[in-house]
Amino acid sequence: MNLPSRADNSIIQPRRLTNRRKLLSIGIHAIGLLPLLQLTVLWVRDSLTANPIQFIEQFFGRAALNLLMAVLAVSPLVTLSGWNALIPHRRTLGLYSFFYFVLHFLTFAVLDYGLNWGEILRLSAEKPFIIFGSLAGLILLVLALTSFEYWMKRLKQNWRRLHKAVYLAGALAVLHYALALKGSLATLSGDISRPLAMGALLTLLLILRLPAVRRRIIFLRHQIKK
Amino acid sequence: MKPDPIPSSEITPKDLYLSRREFLKTLGLLAGGAVLAACAPKLAETQSAATAAPRPATASPRPAVTPFSRATADELGDPLNSYKDITNYNNYYEFTTDKQGVAVLARDFPTSPWDVQVHGLVHRPRTFSVDELIRKFQPEERVYRLRCVEAWSMVIPWLGFPLRKLLKEVEPAGSARYVRFEAVYQPEKMPGQKVPFYPWPYQEGLRLDEAMHDLTILATGLYGGELPPQNGGGIRLVVPWKYGFKSIKAIIKIELTAEQPATLWSTVAPDEYGFYANVNPRVDHPRWSQRTERRIGEFGRRDTLMFNGYAEQVAQLYNGMDLRLYY
Ligand code: HEM
Repeated sequence: MNLPSRADNSIIQPRRLTNRRKLLSIGIHAIGLLPLLQLTVLWVRDSLTANPIQFIEQFFGRAALNLLMAVLAVSPLVTLSGWNALIPHRRTLGLYSFFYFVLHFLTFAVLDYGLNWGEILRLSAEKPFIIFGSLAGLILLVLALTSFEYWMKRLKQNWRRLHKAVYLAGALAVLHYALALKGSLATLSGDISRPLAMGALLTLLLILRLPAVRRRIIFLRHQIKK
Repeated sequence: MKPDPIPSSEITPKDLYLSRREFLKTLGLLAGGAVLAACAPKLAETQSAATAAPRPATASPRPAVTPFSRATADELGDPLNSYKDITNYNNYYEFTTDKQGVAVLARDFPTSPWDVQVHGLVHRPRTFSVDELIRKFQPEERVYRLRCVEAWSMVIPWLGFPLRKLLKEVEPAGSARYVRFEAVYQPEKMPGQKVPFYPWPYQEGLRLDEAMHDLTILATGLYGGELPPQNGGGIRLVVPWKYGFKSIKAIIKIELTAEQPATLWSTVAPDEYGFYANVNPRVDHPRWSQRTERRIGEFGRRDTLMFNGYAEQVAQLYNGMDLRLYY
């Protein structure tokens, strides 16, 4: 399903679904569904470890984070490549990220803590990493709910401003990740290589989005073309 | 070939198994046909440890598929975790942070021969081979709960002997107050040790009275068999009332000291991991709630017990200490 291109600077194109665009769309859905497939394969192979609930909880968390990074990578990719057709798929990727976050949260609340709300609320208030995760999750929820055309039309300029919060969600989610692992950002030691790599990627994507950097890249790209 | 069930009369008694182990070693026959013999259940003569559960007088004969224990539960009546879970779900960052990946990466890690150097403030410093320790101190089966700081737990039938026996052997000096343990450092065999964010080698420590406590053991086996590399072979510490990370694996050095030794995790994150690390549902970790835990193999969470259920035996070690301060 390809909705009319919205917001941002994408070039308005004819709405007809060409084969190429269909393929791209399938590819995007494949990226979004890959984690589910991967989990199914692991399950069939009896590879969910001796502690499957924790494994699944972490797996969905990583899937949500990876897809969030994919969302944030779209705009810099377009800047670098000029492949505007990617822009409308940002929303799809974002909704997949939200989907895995919901599964992550449900695993946490239902399977891990058996809907013991007293304990869940206590944890959410006490543990910094859960606070960061919840804030990231809240942003994803608001963005998912307002990702439809109806809201885009209603919020106009504010919609774009609101959806810039996806960067904040990314930063909070990376922080949540770093604090969820057995390491310390204070001493820069422990199990922090993957969160650090995620943080570096996020920073890079942010830099590529800075207007000055973006203009420069687009200019250079046009130079090369000539 | 599927081994037939072995009649109970043929189950190898402990001393026999030990001498056969020596015998095979000297003959260098651990390959080929000898493997068959070595695969027979290695049954420990189960001297009843304070914590071991009462067990049936006659063990039912079983095929020699995996080593097995005659115990079926801990003293609280909770069943042992399976050999498969115990040997395939390991927190062992020297190999990898992937708990399932440890067994795979550790498969060829050599655990025998294995030497332990005991030194520091002692009158008779010495290096022991694990084989000698096994002969000397006659490992017994100890069924202990292991509570990981990540809020999961298992019930594990270790084979081991009280650390106290080894310490007596080297005669600690009057000035010794602590025991420091150091694990093996072999980055070419332990890929996790190439990750730069840890002060390898792993090190841990106990106060001398904790080290002398009868529950504190050096384990050389598991489920009546040898101690697999992924569980800390050649030799590891097991301190059942403390979080799992205190029970250091693959020990090569034991040093008696006057000062409290540094430990790996309290160096990495001092506000998260203390020196004592006693299991305590009332002192929370910034990341995990320590009020509850998931027993591997169970669906719901269960309440975490003070000192992991060993309060009666160990609480007096901490009389007058504020356990919130000394976490
Ligand atoms: C209400 C919001 C959230 C809650 C309550 C929550 C809860 C948790 C918990 C309890 C863990 C630790 C699991 C364990 O190790 O046992 C965790 C890990 C994690 N979470 Fe969340 N989370 C939330 C939101 C998010 C969001 C929005 C993302 C990403 C977009 C995310 C990504 C992750 C990741 C990547 C991990 C680490 C997985 C690993 O250990 O490899 N979480 N979360």
